[in-house]
Amino acid sequence: MNQGSTRDLIVGLFVLAGLIALAFLSLSVGGLSLRNNGGMMLYANFDQIGGLKPRAPVMISGVKVGQVEMIKLADDFRARVELDVDPKLQLPVDSSASILTAGLLGDQYILLQPGGEEAVLKAGEEIEMTESAVILERLIGQFIHNTNIEKAGPE
Amino acid sequence: MSLQPAASSAAPAHVLFEDVHMAFGGRTVLRGMSCEFPRGRISIILGGSGAGKTTILRLIGGLVRPQKGRIAVAGLDVTSASEADLYTVRDKLGMMFQGGALLDSLSIFDNLAFPLREHSKLSEAEIAKEVRDKLAAVGMSGVDHLLPGQLSGGMVKRAALARAIINRPEILLCDEPFSGLDPISVKRIEALLRHINRELDITILISSHHVPSTLRLADQVVLLVQGQAMVGSAQSLRTSPDPMIAEFLNEEVDHSRALDLGFEPERRPIL
Amino acid sequence: MLQSIRHLGATTTAFVYHLGRITLFALAIARAVVTPPARFRVFINEIFNLGVLSLVIVGVCGLVVGMVLGLQGYNTLVRFGAEESLGAVVGLSLIRELGPVLTALLTTGRAGSATAAEIGAMVRTEQLDGLRMMSIDPMHLVVSPKVLAMIAVMPLLTALFIVCGLGGGYFVGVNLKGVDAGSYWSSLHANVVFSDDIAGSMLKALIFGILVALVSTYRGYTCAPTAAGVSSATTSTVVVASVAIFISDYFITALWGV
Repeated sequence: MNQGSTRDLIVGLFVLAGLIALAFLSLSVGGLSLRNNGGMMLYANFDQIGGLKPRAPVMISGVKVGQVEMIKLADDFRARVELDVDPKLQLPVDSSASILTAGLLGDQYILLQPGGEEAVLKAGEEIEMTESAVILERLIGQFIHNTNIEKAGPE
Repeated sequence: MSLQPAASSAAPAHVLFEDVHMAFGGRTVLRGMSCEFPRGRISIILGGSGAGKTTILRLIGGLVRPQKGRIAVAGLDVTSASEADLYTVRDKLGMMFQGGALLDSLSIFDNLAFPLREHSKLSEAEIAKEVRDKLAAVGMSGVDHLLPGQLSGGMVKRAALARAIINRPEILLCDEPFSGLDPISVKRIEALLRHINRELDITILISSHHVPSTLRLADQVVLLVQGQAMVGSAQSLRTSPDPMIAEFLNEEVDHSRALDLGFEPERRPIL
Repeated sequence: MLQSIRHLGATTTAFVYHLGRITLFALAIARAVVTPPARFRVFINEIFNLGVLSLVIVGVCGLVVGMVLGLQGYNTLVRFGAEESLGAVVGLSLIRELGPVLTALLTTGRAGSATAAEIGAMVRTEQLDGLRMMSIDPMHLVVSPKVLAMIAVMPLLTALFIVCGLGGGYFVGVNLKGVDAGSYWSSLHANVVFSDDIAGSMLKALIFGILVALVSTYRGYTCAPTAAGVSSATTSTVVVASVAIFISDYFITALWGV
């Protein structure tokens, strides 16, 4: 019977190790949230979202406050982005949302810049001021175009 | 082809075969076999290899079903019983398999305790006592902690025998209990079987081709010839004028003689 | 020519026949699982035999596979200047495909063949008949605990394989190749989603566990009661289970992605 209890212990350790590995993968790597999904949903419409993907971070001053939940096509053919942010966030109604790139070739994220108004955004409300993503190719094309104009200018 | 019937007993048949047909993959083993095994007696099923001796035991246990016919064990029909009903019948049976069929991952103690732990309400202490008693009865005290793989052939058979009777069955089925044993072990098993039958009043059915021991033990002999049963007493078998029976016995005895050195000559039925 | 057509027909018939039998077998196991008494001790023993004893092979292979992924991934990504995404590459490969499939194959080879051989040997030595004669259903005592244990153990082993693999990739990428440690984990975190990747991975592991469990116990249970029969049961278990794992992997991947 002694051999039995040693074996039980080993089996228990094995199962524990497996569950810990599973928990690590789910929570730490996979981003499963154990806290209640009491995130506040805000909306923003953009002309151009570039490479923005769901689960992209939403930042204020470099601090992550939420993530992109869903991206859909609005009726006016703009991109309607649903943001899942911290419910405790007191964001003034005149805040702006811009799509920036982390580094030169990195993933894109949303930067919120708080406005000055007293009234704050509540769940389901819209962020009015938005700045679309910069498309690198357009920028380069514009640069080349401008350079050509400059070159051709003096003549 | 006639034998004198076995000494008729007033008790009804414990196991009854009625016109049983059994075939395996195209080969017919039993053809309309009918036979009665009386209660409280030792019956031996004799026959050459492949004659169907083991099949008869397996049919009684419900491990296989016949194509035709009826088999009754202690009044219960096993041919048409459901799997659940079969378990009720098997409670009355104990089987000693040819290879022992002990669970090779359990110790001898756990093997014997197994049926008790499963089916009886005895406490662990009571079970331990039963197991030790039975091991002592078969002359194997002190091996409880060993695994079946660590025992000799004779010891495995004795452990299997102990396990078969530990739940006090009404009927004990033995498949080739003497095969592969040295003469001393054969005598031992013989004595044990006789003891079990007399003291515990258990009906014993033995399938064997070891003629000398079986003729010594048998109250009734069932000879399987071409898929049918010829029933008689050991005496009538020995003294039968039928040349076919004599040839069978002769051949089997020669067979046994090769295996059974040191066999007492005065018991040899032929020659 | 005619002979090969006849052979093909016979093989197809045999396949369908076995499919039917294995389904009935699975139903019998399901029935046995819900019948008391619960074989808890046997179940724990089986988790030991199938899970704990497979730990070493799963852990070592996981580590090495992770290292290979780290190496290959780095060599490919560095051409595009994207070596900071190594974590994501190693992680997604392991989590989505290599983790569940390789763990299942390794487990088939170790635990699956052991199970088939063990049950086959019990058939050959009449131990299962012995149990039946003692009014004990071998499906209940022997087969069901093994099946349940295999199904329970597979996701755990897969998770351990993946974690070891991530570690192996980390070792090669960060320690050997100079990838930034923070980038390794953040690219991994940014690109792995629980609902798609982890859950899908565990679903695969569960399904593979069911496949290996059924194939190994079925082949052992129905093997011919000879030494050759047991040997054939063992080898065919590995072959059939492996093919089944690959085929079901495709279908799960295709359907889960929807």
